[in-house]
Amino acid sequence: MMHTEYYIFLSSALFTIGVIGVLTRRNVLIILMSIELILNAVNINLVALSQYFKSVDGQVFAIFVITDAAAEAAVGLGLIIALFRNKETVNADEIDLLKW
Amino acid sequence: MPELITFIFLSIVALVSAVMVITRHNAVHSAIWLIGTLFAVGGIFLLQHAEFLFAVQIILYVGGIMVLFLFVVMLVDIDVAMKQARYARQWQVAFVTALLLVAILGYALYNHGTGLNLPARPMGAAPALNTQAVGSALYQNYMLPTEIASLLLLVAMVGAVIMAKRKLQ
Repeated sequence: MMHTEYYIFLSSALFTIGVIGVLTRRNVLIILMSIELILNAVNINLVALSQYFKSVDGQVFAIFVITDAAAEAAVGLGLIIALFRNKETVNADEIDLLKW
Repeated sequence: MPELITFIFLSIVALVSAVMVITRHNAVHSAIWLIGTLFAVGGIFLLQHAEFLFAVQIILYVGGIMVLFLFVVMLVDIDVAMKQARYARQWQVAFVTALLLVAILGYALYNHGTGLNLPARPMGAAPALNTQAVGSALYQNYMLPTEIASLLLLVAMVGAVIMAKRKLQ
């Protein structure tokens, strides 16, 4: 049995990379991909702790997180298509319709 | 020991692919590196004896969500995005925020040298048949959340179609 800490370190590292991606990239598509990275980091954490406590509750939560990720990807990509049709850009810096 | 070697290999694959995802110019390359990360995370689920989640990860993430991503990447104009700068204007602020996040996570994990201080591991064996155990939990204890999740997927599907539609009648 391996230390659960290792999995939590990996999860933190992946989470941090995802957050850096969300904060620094301009391309909206890559921001969405970074959100997927963050959700995967959360899933690693949930599964590792579910294994540690010998219960499947954590894995059930991971399934709900994956469901949310699918819903988020579908709606987010639909939004990007609508945005690209109206503004011809996927650059987050240029999407400033609500700014004045 | 083989477990540790597998874990280190999968972690390196996951982290290197994740760094590649957030540094590539071309969104198609990012999507392909993201598939690498997703596969490695799936392997880590397998290492943790979460076989059902491994199958869900491969079928739903790699098979479903990534195809959706690649579709949209192909639909929007890549050439325009390629010519623009990769990183947003606020990258200095983002760098400071990321450092702060690393500090907070490091502090929480280090915890005055005592580590995570997890509660004691319960006695008894883990459920032997993972898929069966997850299935029973989903349809017995988590019946209502499962129904709400299916409703959420329906709403997301309708929402995605309405968003991508050209004109609303």
